[in-house]
Amino acid sequence: MAAVLESLLREEVSVAAVVRWIARSTQGSEDNAGEAAALSSLRALRKEFVPFLLNFLREQSSRVLPQGPPTPAKTPGASAALPGRPGGPPRGSRGARSQLFPPTEAQSTAAEAPLARRGGRRRGPGPARERGGRGLEEGVSGESLPGAGGRRLRGSGSPSRPSLTLSDPPNLSNLEEFPPVGSVPPGPTGTKPSRRINPTPVSEERSLSKPKTCFTSPPISCVPSSQPSALDTSPWGLGLPPGCRSLQEEREMLRKERSKQLQQSPTPTCPTPELGSPLPSRTGSLTDEPADPARVSSRQRLELVALVYSSCIAENLVPNLFLELFFVFQLLTARRMVTAKDSDPELSPAVLDSLESPLFQSIHDCVFFAVQVLECHFQVLSNLDKGTLKLLAENERLLCFSPALQGRLRAAYEGSVAKVSLVMPPSTQAVSFQPETDNRANFSSDRAFHTFKKQRDVFYEVLREWEDHHEEPGWDFEKGLGSRIRAMMGQLSAACSHSHFVRLFQKQLLQMCQSPGGAGGTVLGEAPDVLSMLGADKLGRLWRLQERLMAPQSSGGPCPPPTFPGCQGFFRDFILSASSFQFNQHLMDSLSLKIQELNGLALPQHEPNDEDGESDVDWQGERKQFAVVLLSLRLLAKFLGFVAFLPYRGPEPPPTGELQDSILALRSQVPPVLDVRTLLQRGLQARRAVLTVPWLVEFLSFADHVVPLLEYYRDIFTLLLRLHRSLVLSQESEGKMCFLNKLLLLAVLGWLFQIPTVPEDLFFLEEGPSYAFEVDTVAPEHGLDNAPVVDQQLLYTCCPYIGELRKLLASWVSGSSGRSGGFMRKITPTTTTSLGAQPSQTSQGLQAQLAQAFFHNQPPSLRRTVEFVAERIGSNCVKHIKATLVADLVRQAESLLQEQLVTQGEEGGDPAQLLEILCSQLCPHGAQALALGREFCQRKSPGAVRALLPEETPAAVLSSAENIAVGLATEKACAWLSANITALIRREVKAAVSRTLRAQGPEPAARGERRGCSRACEHHAPLPSHLISEIKDVLSLAVGPRDPDEGVSPEHLEQLLGQLGQTLRCRQFLCPPAEQHLAKCSVELASLLVADQIPILGPPAQYRLERGQARRLLHMLLSLWKEDFQGPVPLQLLLSPRNVGLLADTRPREWDLLLFLLRELVEKGLMGRMEIEACLGSLHQAQWPGDFAEELATLSNLFLAEPHLPEPQLRACELVQPNRGTVLAQS
Amino acid sequence: MILTKAQYDEIAQCLVSVPPTRQSLRKLKQRFPSQSQATLLSIFSQEYQKHIKRTHAKHHTSEAIESYYQRYLNGVVKNGAAPVLLDLANEVDYAPSLMARLILERFLQEHEETPPSKSIINSMLRDPSQIPDGVLANQVYQCIVNDCCYGPLVDCIKHAIGHEHEVLLRDLLLEKNLSFLDEDQLRAKGYDKTPDFILQVPVAVEGHIIHWIESKASFGDECSHHAYLHDQFWSYWNRDGISQCSSGWCGTPGLSDSSASATQSAGITGARKHFLPGIFMKCVCK
Repeated sequence: MAAVLESLLREEVSVAAVVRWIARSTQGSEDNAGEAAALSSLRALRKEFVPFLLNFLREQSSRVLPQGPPTPAKTPGASAALPGRPGGPPRGSRGARSQLFPPTEAQSTAAEAPLARRGGRRRGPGPARERGGRGLEEGVSGESLPGAGGRRLRGSGSPSRPSLTLSDPPNLSNLEEFPPVGSVPPGPTGTKPSRRINPTPVSEERSLSKPKTCFTSPPISCVPSSQPSALDTSPWGLGLPPGCRSLQEEREMLRKERSKQLQQSPTPTCPTPELGSPLPSRTGSLTDEPADPARVSSRQRLELVALVYSSCIAENLVPNLFLELFFVFQLLTARRMVTAKDSDPELSPAVLDSLESPLFQSIHDCVFFAVQVLECHFQVLSNLDKGTLKLLAENERLLCFSPALQGRLRAAYEGSVAKVSLVMPPSTQAVSFQPETDNRANFSSDRAFHTFKKQRDVFYEVLREWEDHHEEPGWDFEKGLGSRIRAMMGQLSAACSHSHFVRLFQKQLLQMCQSPGGAGGTVLGEAPDVLSMLGADKLGRLWRLQERLMAPQSSGGPCPPPTFPGCQGFFRDFILSASSFQFNQHLMDSLSLKIQELNGLALPQHEPNDEDGESDVDWQGERKQFAVVLLSLRLLAKFLGFVAFLPYRGPEPPPTGELQDSILALRSQVPPVLDVRTLLQRGLQARRAVLTVPWLVEFLSFADHVVPLLEYYRDIFTLLLRLHRSLVLSQESEGKMCFLNKLLLLAVLGWLFQIPTVPEDLFFLEEGPSYAFEVDTVAPEHGLDNAPVVDQQLLYTCCPYIGELRKLLASWVSGSSGRSGGFMRKITPTTTTSLGAQPSQTSQGLQAQLAQAFFHNQPPSLRRTVEFVAERIGSNCVKHIKATLVADLVRQAESLLQEQLVTQGEEGGDPAQLLEILCSQLCPHGAQALALGREFCQRKSPGAVRALLPEETPAAVLSSAENIAVGLATEKACAWLSANITALIRREVKAAVSRTLRAQGPEPAARGERRGCSRACEHHAPLPSHLISEIKDVLSLAVGPRDPDEGVSPEHLEQLLGQLGQTLRCRQFLCPPAEQHLAKCSVELASLLVADQIPILGPPAQYRLERGQARRLLHMLLSLWKEDFQGPVPLQLLLSPRNVGLLADTRPREWDLLLFLLRELVEKGLMGRMEIEACLGSLHQAQWPGDFAEELATLSNLFLAEPHLPEPQLRACELVQPNRGTVLAQS
Repeated sequence: MILTKAQYDEIAQCLVSVPPTRQSLRKLKQRFPSQSQATLLSIFSQEYQKHIKRTHAKHHTSEAIESYYQRYLNGVVKNGAAPVLLDLANEVDYAPSLMARLILERFLQEHEETPPSKSIINSMLRDPSQIPDGVLANQVYQCIVNDCCYGPLVDCIKHAIGHEHEVLLRDLLLEKNLSFLDEDQLRAKGYDKTPDFILQVPVAVEGHIIHWIESKASFGDECSHHAYLHDQFWSYWNRDGISQCSSGWCGTPGLSDSSASATQSAGITGARKHFLPGIFMKCVCK
């Protein structure tokens, strides 16, 4: 193994080749010959590479992660050979492992520790303790405990190292480092005896955050005792002693251990120093060693190992993805190297490139390595919950080592909507009487019926008592309730009574435990009455607060054993106490049936390419439905597994040898309680693994040791392993499983593989003919697997241990806050004042309870009706407010904006500023929304309830239902309104502002007052498109080229202009662009008229337009421009060089029409004199033929010479005067 | 009045390599006196656009542009008043407006330091008076007014037709008392791509349920021709996702009678499935 890693480090083989080598049994054709040769010689070791790598990393990191032993473990002989080294009395993997699974192992681990630390290869006695010690069989191979690799985190590897008798160079070279280790301790140990406690908290889950609290000051050292509830949730209900006590016990054990070491260790002389050695990291933890990218040693080597490691993770070659991530996070947040790197100067650079030197020589190396690995797994990280992302993005080490990754994480954080909340309001409500199954007709006799009635009462009595007392210290389920439960069971004589009771039991189970809150226990159990008085709003806030307060509480490390948290504990204890064979059998039957029913439920499926935002709402609903089904299935399967394997489980270690064979022979005869193999196969075929596998995992997690050896279950594990391997996260493509679905499956499978009863050779040694997981070809195109049914909330609900990542990061932040300023936010108590006055809180709570009680006694349809009405009316209310109040405000905003624009002129100032002003004026009006909303709900709800309920509903019931509906609708609407009304007004006003400003901006025509067509208009005017087309034809005729027989008649022109007038007057079909083009075309037409360029049809002699006709047409145009065009007409084009240039082509040139036109323009006020003068002036600049320029000059002089305000008479006679322009031209 | 596929094909047949000029349109009108000018122009435009799409690239090689520009320069040196550019476009079988744009771009490249922006070119094409060279301005203007398939004027006509028919359609709906949401209302509701009208209450037309109506001012393109091989006027794709057209709306040739607009229907592809089947209304003339 080491050889492989070494050849990798020496760059003899590429990372890709190694990963291919591990992942496949056969050599890939891609590998080059050299690599193939190098690797094929090591073929036999292939399976052991991954465990070796994992162990190697754990060992290497042991100096950094404070709980590990101070140095990499040595074989006794090796350490003996080096007296200078403060002995590696391997405080080994037991301690390190136990840290992963603290609550359950706190006791046992400690108890076993002395043994474990010696040899490290013994099996734990209890099931929960097993995990640490498993995989020992592999260890026999002489390698380093391959199986244990996945399970050990801080594992020093000391238990495995002893067996590493192979010539393993690292050991020897490591020795060079030891002196410094020894050099540190003497000082601190002398001065701070308290450090001796150091190893104890190792077994606590919050090892990282603890040091700073536990050992700095005595009072805080009792802090762990604040976590009894976490400890209490140990899988088998063994209440563990409070933290302080366990600490003491551990101390005791340490003492024992030390004494053993004194006897056995080859270096017994200096036990204290090596014990003390990790302590500097502890006590110094307030001044964590800063990590500096510049001080990373042997980057290349770290990069290579990180790459191999990442590739193994990416290929799912490691058993548990999140465990590895946890490890990497630990490296990232490592506080202090046990040995200061600087004090290790003699380390020669020559050994830096092989395994001989430690991989992590400093904190810098650890962080560098961690960041390298994290970079490869950004996709997974980006799918974690928002809180984790935030902590990651704010991690200053990440920022300093990889700003790019930090940037991506920050972006992911900002884009993330995955807020996960695991604390939900608990619901403890009795299952109501179900008429269809609970009535007399379903019972064989009156007696059975009445017995069941009584049992129901007893059951709820027991339940209530449990609720009241189970958190009291010293209260014992069996003692308190056991006899009553058994007495009740005894009364269930008839078989059918059992089935009735089981149905009740199961329904109650689902009702109480289905929500995450149920799993979390009655979080506020101490004073439910007081809290319920708070009202829903306040209660929600309280829960959020409580969640934050409880956040550090661990669920038991990244790989907790199966547990029955919260209410589930009641049902487990009930089953145990009842110890009724009939009950168990009926329960199994019922659970199996329900599981099959739910598993086969046709959940809505989606087309995977549906990305429309609008279906988001539906998605939410369907996702929710999936979550409910999945969580129910998991709960049922967990209990089925618990009951089914109950007879076979015991605290004693699994049998071996012949005994095992005979048990196997026996057990293989027993048919499975539920044919899970078939269900799994079907689920995989139907691409519903995302539904089937999570509950199957729950079921299997309760299996006993023999189960995985049975052929039936072995098949299942093989299938699951193949599935696990096939879920490569980076492979995303059409028709593949959704990312989060994969992540969920990887998380639950990874968890399953860490369950003590699952032998680990299953993971590392199991090798099917092909690891490629083939889905049946007849599988449906789109199964549940392809639908994004899993979100972060569901992922974290199913796998709360993923939250450990967040806790790790959070503990780092809180630990380093002193230095960096910290990101921890203080919870500032604020009293919130809602927008509207609220009824007194107590009465609100009481009302809610009354409503619940009311519904409980009424048919379910009544409740559904009331809730439906409330839901709809509430929603309608919001819509109504939007359409009335908000719309009014928007109109106000528009008029205010107009005023602003008028007062401030064209520009009107910065739009953002305008918006602010408007919003500050209008948003206060939003407060009216609540009153209006309340009024709306009050008005609308009763009628709807009345219409939907049966006519015969009693008046009192009806009025209660109406009132509740009003209340619920009001609550719903007001909650939404008070939260969103300001934002809504803002958004709408913003849209209105931008609309108004846009209308202002580029389209000046839109600003002016637009006249519509007159009321009498029948909209029979020619269509604008037709007119543009017609005018275009005339223009093209005039511009040519044209055939000799082409032309237009004067009448046609006149008709055209008439039609243009009609169209402009009927604005029905006119759009602004069309009007613009019409205006431009009309100007062009005028220019052609002036230049006499329009070919006229008619007698050959009269080829030109008669002067009078031309003037008449120009008059028509002038009047159109003046009267009918509402947009601007580009009249200056009349004097553009191109249009004036048209005159140059006519011979003889005639200027009188142009002069006429200019005068008319001025007179009609269409163009100003100055404007025309300017145009004429600029005409001079163009290049003209000599004579034309001259005539032009004359024209402008003539025009300028006109009196500024010519009298009408004068102008009239001018019309009849001989054409002055012509005269001019001819002269 | 309904235009059949066969009639459409016959008209299209006559339009193979015909320059998009007034004269061509006049000849077409003489050939098919029963069809209105607007219908013929619409088909002409459609067919010509297809032709240009096919041949567009070859006119845009730098060699081609250079040779056109040289020919233009030589032409105007000989006679600036002659329709040099228009003749050139017709000769090389390219749309006059597009040829004008090509030469204008080339001209500006030569005379300006920075390459001309698209908006400047467009603005000059809309108003050739802005073109610094008088001769070129005249040439460009001549191309634009003589082109009946491309150019700013034609674009405006098309736009106007679209607008007019939307108004007509709205009037018809109001007249029939059908409640609908128009495009603006739909956009305000957050729809990105919308048909012209969504009926708030679906209607049945000849046994088919219509949810939306889209009016188009031009004929459907080729994909619709492939999808639609019947001689019939109406066609429906009521089943989502069956349509062979991948890009969205489809239409088939249609022509109206004098009272109502020509209508066509089309399904809508799966890509926008928030609209149920609707009707794709084709208004060619009035």
